[in-house]
Amino acid sequence: MFLEGYGQQLWNGTLETIKLALLSLALAFGLGLIGAAAKLSGNRWFAVPANIYTTLIRGVPDLVLMLLLFYSFQDLLNRITDALSQPQFDIDPFIAGVCVLGFIYGAYFTETFRGAFLAVPSGQLEAGVAYGMSGRQIFRRILFPQMMRFALPGISNNWQVILKATALVSIIGLHEVVKAAQDAITGTSSKGAFHALIFLAVAGLIYLTLATLSNLLFLVLERRYALGVRQPEL
Amino acid sequence: MIDLVQQYWQQYLWGTSGHPTGLVITLWLTVVSLALGFVLALPLAVLRVSRTWWMSVPVRIYTYVIRGTPLYVQLLLVYTGIYSLDAVRATPVLNTFFRDALNCTILAFMLNTAAYTTEIFAGAIKATAYGEIEAGRACGMSNYTLYRRIILPSALRRALPAYSNEVILMLHSTTLAATATVPDILKVARSASSDYYLPFVAYGIAAVLYLCISFTLIWLFRRAEDRWLGYLRPIAAK
Repeated sequence: MFLEGYGQQLWNGTLETIKLALLSLALAFGLGLIGAAAKLSGNRWFAVPANIYTTLIRGVPDLVLMLLLFYSFQDLLNRITDALSQPQFDIDPFIAGVCVLGFIYGAYFTETFRGAFLAVPSGQLEAGVAYGMSGRQIFRRILFPQMMRFALPGISNNWQVILKATALVSIIGLHEVVKAAQDAITGTSSKGAFHALIFLAVAGLIYLTLATLSNLLFLVLERRYALGVRQPEL
Repeated sequence: MIDLVQQYWQQYLWGTSGHPTGLVITLWLTVVSLALGFVLALPLAVLRVSRTWWMSVPVRIYTYVIRGTPLYVQLLLVYTGIYSLDAVRATPVLNTFFRDALNCTILAFMLNTAAYTTEIFAGAIKATAYGEIEAGRACGMSNYTLYRRIILPSALRRALPAYSNEVILMLHSTTLAATATVPDILKVARSASSDYYLPFVAYGIAAVLYLCISFTLIWLFRRAEDRWLGYLRPIAAK
């Protein structure tokens, strides 16, 4: 039988991984834009917290942060529900995974976007002002499209890192690819030793496929955002 | 909270007598995997930039596979996957090697960091100014001499900023060792957390320790860059 009947579980795990990665990416993307805006605002009340955020998050390993945030929140919730004499409320590992990954990689996106915003020539923005555009119009028509051109390589990098970091969420109990593979290994341990290697290799192959597919997608996006840029001919 | 600190501070830092744990293990994992990864990455990077396809393609595949899969999966493959093979268990040398969690984690970490480091070094080698290589050739240097005297000294310097990122990432990756029962900082934090039901304090101490190591490494690399990359600094910044 195909993968000893664990094919369906692995497929479900793959979908879970993709969902988790995409939602975390969306959250990190949003936090990154806000963080970059705060850092570049020139206002100390915004810039200092944003600096603390990026420094602390990027200095601590993601697994430590994940366990720290997940178990501390669960602990806090338990204390609250105990005080109110309510039944215990368990945090859903999927939601926790999205929040924690989004929060961590938001710091990396902040740095990516900050660099990209700074790379847009200020003359472009002045030209927008000279045309009488409002701040929002300048952002939407001039700043954002050009910023994306500079940010795309960084975004692509961060996305690959997020995709691989989703494997860690299995440690706090989410049923994604790695967890499915581990369940399959436990389930087939009586049928001979070779299975562990096969299932883990399949899990690795799934990640490799996802990475390859997203590489292709980013290639298309980079072409799209590079419209009107002359490529140096080598 | 004070009980937790009193009972666990030694384990967080260097462990009890005879059983190194915590900070010592984390630093050991980081340094050993990076050193072995460096030794492996140097020849691989030279092969990676080679024009002979059967030299560069295998290295490309190696780095692509390693960089496209999570380190956690790689660690599980080495730690549970390989040891599940009968052939490995039947061979005494392999059996003793793969039975030890520390050996498995160092092997997985080394292979992982070697792939990233290879790409960093290969990029720096490719960026070597062509005139320097031509000058070397004109002086009659062999390929080996050219690499030893001209390409590698300058490429490794220029790779420093990217390599410092990789070092920090490797430090962060060592936390995965805790999942393979290696008693690093995170593993100590896990036991402390489950002993006292104080996850915020237990993991918070771990986070602060990692933060301190990260900052120290960043400071060291900044000094190294000042020393070895000073000649590349923009004039205005001097």
